[in-house]
Amino acid sequence: MSATPERNGAYGRVPRKEDARFVRGRGTFVDDIQLPGMLHGAVLRSPLAHARIVAVDTTAAEAHPRVEAVITGQALAELGLAWMPTISQDAQSVLATDKVRFQGQEVAFVVAQDRYSARDALELIQVEYEPLPVVADAQRALETGAPVIRDDLPGKTSNHIFDWEAGDKAATDAVFAAADVVVGQDMLYPRSHPAPLETCGMVADSDPVSGRLTLWSTSQAPHAHRTVYALVAGLPEHKIRVVSPDIGGGFGNKAPIYPGYICAIVGSMKTGRPVKWVEDRSENLMSTAFARDYHMHGEIAATADGKVLGLRARVLADHGAFNATAQPTKFPAGFFHIFTGSYDLRAAHCEVTAVYTNKAPGGVAYSCSFRITEAVYLVERMMDILARELGMDPAELRMKNLLRPEQFPYTCPTGWQYDSGDYPRALALAMDIAGYDDLRREQAAKREHGEYMGIGISFFTEGVGAGPRAHMDILGLGMADGASLRVHPTGTAVLGVSCQTQGQGHETTFAQIVAGELGISPDDVEVVHGDTDRTPFGLGTYGSRSTPVSGAATAMAARKVRERARIVASAMLEVSPDDLEWADGKWRVCGDPEKAKGIAEIAMAAHSSLELPAGVEGHLDSEVVYNPPNLTFPFGAYICVTDVDPGTGQVSVRRFIAVDDCGVQINPMIVEGQVHRGLADGVGMALMQVIAFDADGNCLGGSFMDYLLPTPVECPSWELGETVTPSPHHPIGAKGIGESATVGSPPAIVNSVMDALAPFGVRHADMPLTPANVWSAIQGRRLRTDLAVT
Amino acid sequence: MQITISVNGSAYTGEVEPRLLLIHFLRDQLGLTGSHWGCDTSNCGACVVWLDETPVKSCTVLTAMADGRRVLTVEGMERDGRLDPVQEGFARCHGLQCGFCTPGMMLTARWLLDHNPDPSPEEIREALSGQVCRCTGYENIVRSVRWAAQQRGGDGHGGHRLAPGGAQ
Repeated sequence: MSATPERNGAYGRVPRKEDARFVRGRGTFVDDIQLPGMLHGAVLRSPLAHARIVAVDTTAAEAHPRVEAVITGQALAELGLAWMPTISQDAQSVLATDKVRFQGQEVAFVVAQDRYSARDALELIQVEYEPLPVVADAQRALETGAPVIRDDLPGKTSNHIFDWEAGDKAATDAVFAAADVVVGQDMLYPRSHPAPLETCGMVADSDPVSGRLTLWSTSQAPHAHRTVYALVAGLPEHKIRVVSPDIGGGFGNKAPIYPGYICAIVGSMKTGRPVKWVEDRSENLMSTAFARDYHMHGEIAATADGKVLGLRARVLADHGAFNATAQPTKFPAGFFHIFTGSYDLRAAHCEVTAVYTNKAPGGVAYSCSFRITEAVYLVERMMDILARELGMDPAELRMKNLLRPEQFPYTCPTGWQYDSGDYPRALALAMDIAGYDDLRREQAAKREHGEYMGIGISFFTEGVGAGPRAHMDILGLGMADGASLRVHPTGTAVLGVSCQTQGQGHETTFAQIVAGELGISPDDVEVVHGDTDRTPFGLGTYGSRSTPVSGAATAMAARKVRERARIVASAMLEVSPDDLEWADGKWRVCGDPEKAKGIAEIAMAAHSSLELPAGVEGHLDSEVVYNPPNLTFPFGAYICVTDVDPGTGQVSVRRFIAVDDCGVQINPMIVEGQVHRGLADGVGMALMQVIAFDADGNCLGGSFMDYLLPTPVECPSWELGETVTPSPHHPIGAKGIGESATVGSPPAIVNSVMDALAPFGVRHADMPLTPANVWSAIQGRRLRTDLAVT
Repeated sequence: MQITISVNGSAYTGEVEPRLLLIHFLRDQLGLTGSHWGCDTSNCGACVVWLDETPVKSCTVLTAMADGRRVLTVEGMERDGRLDPVQEGFARCHGLQCGFCTPGMMLTARWLLDHNPDPSPEEIREALSGQVCRCTGYENIVRSVRWAAQQRGGDGHGGHRLAPGGAQ
């Protein structure tokens, strides 16, 4: 650990390099790219959730004067591309050949000379469907006689995907049997969608002469996508270049490969011209990776005085029509089994059963750190339910059971090794900022005259920054990331990284990391990312991987440069390298601070005619691959204050206090921005949004009129605090922050609303806590928020 | 159909399809890609531009409806090589992350400050409530607009009316 706070002044609230172009409207997003001769693609989608395809007639569409190509599933089948592998070792239909399995599924692709003609031609394609019975309710997917959705899979006779478990069942059963108190609760983490403002899209440019394929793509993982295209389509990988230009938000939505990308590539290869495909908002919401959809039953065991002993969870996971969840191979339920959270308990066991339904595929997306959202929600709801059962204050219950600082590194009952933390300090700080005791007094006074305010707490621990590669891979690609650092003769530098910013400010923070290690200005470091031709291989940005993995790679690359510089400096100063010390951003002779050389002088010397000693070839450049030894474990304590109108069920978030610990912060301004974003996510998920379905499998969240996003009016002015517990194994002590608040905030909001509704005897209601849902809960009626019918 | 539209002070005359949306005219025909398309349903505000003196969602305005009128886009906010205080405020106060919603946010914020030079945080939130940002949680957007408001009169640049087109 060498986390020096000052880092030569490079760390801190440095304004973002990115903003100069964005505030002028000069960013370059995929849909901004115009190439000579470019055509436009559009996808025909199924209106039905489950139906056999009897016939597809494209004659009229092909006759459209501005149409260049129409591609059907049959045509793709002839190329061996009608199906593609998913990240979860399943197959997903690119364009349907046999059946459609969810509303919005891809059926045909039109390539036309302009956007509008492509859409016009979709109307000219005649598809004859034979409707089939629909499975829209995950809880009925395994019933005898349920229609089998995946009859394409040999021998498949049910909608069952997998059973998976973690923890020690016998030990957990024993703890529960001996406990004074056991409480259980059913809860749904509803299907949500990351809904970045920029939808997914691609410009595919196949050069028939050179065989080069250039793909401008909304991708959070350009290198991994390139490899998958090579493997799926049999294209030579060295001829494929994936470019992720500016990305208009990702949040997990842009990690997978979608059928539209394949269609754009095939369209370009078929026409010999560039093809742009950009989905519309409904296509984005109805067909691309959703998140959550976990039907959970939690049980918690404790002593009568509030010592938590054990935790159990049973989960029914709705994976939609294709198992396309995106997580490391060994973990079909993601990292859900970190569900013991931040507490010191004796035993835990969870089991997850996943099923197919006639809904869009996906499952791990939306800033969830591989399903830690669901895990934290479960344990934090259970803690509040237990507190109420015991008649204890939920803050007191948590304080009594939080892991103590001296327990780190701590191995939890399901095997995760938490690297570091000081949990009680974070909760105490949050309570202090909130004025917790005063809030409780105010709440009691208000209840006296029929006003209902709630105070909700959540405490979360995340595990982010996957690998190590030995335990974590995606489609066989180990989760390690590279960084390359070139230092020019004048001492400015170009860093290449495999992670992909979607707004997180990598061009700024990664320059700060290099600057901090080399004693140069962040302005003198150019960060290159999002171009497979110009950056080293790596798995990309999701699961809060950027700073924990690529940030570490960056620091290690810079330190390698620094060590080379030491050898060069020793030649310049005519001393042994052992007589040099790194201080104030320079190599200087021990005991003689006047004799010192900075990176710029050293870089020039390294490129000059200076006779260099053994061990350095003549420049300072370096390249590293960082294989994380463990995850990093950011944590935080959140407190939410809500006011609930029992007459209308309307909830307003009055205050939200968030204390986060992401270890060493490179740029606190950007850290705060990341937290703000996740807190707004929490407001959306907890109170407003769900992708629900009716009995026929019609998606009821297919536009922003139905899938509600928080605006400035629903969000309070966030109140932030921080503690800093450096990660002991990360080169700069950082832990990652991108998803913390999305993970931590929903249970704080739900706990707050349930706290407000306590006088009505309401113990639990599922998200989203819309006015209708809250009102129903007050009336003693529980809604199924994932279905149109109750 | 034939249209003439003044965009950021320059007049464009040409043939367009009657159904062509203003956002596509600006982006695809004029190459002004600073305005973004986000939702189709007038909910997100990524496509906000000014039509004469009023912010509109250009994904639900026909180009034909802008015939004979003036349009201001984000590309027209910078004047004489100087950023509008709203633009500067967003950069200084970390009012953006991915940058996709930013042009629309800034144009609405500019309109607000022209009509209410010293808005409260609540008034800013209300004025921007027709627009969605998925990255910032809005806090720093409010701070950015407040920063811009505070520049009014400070350097003679802040708070001016950004009248688009016309005699320019």
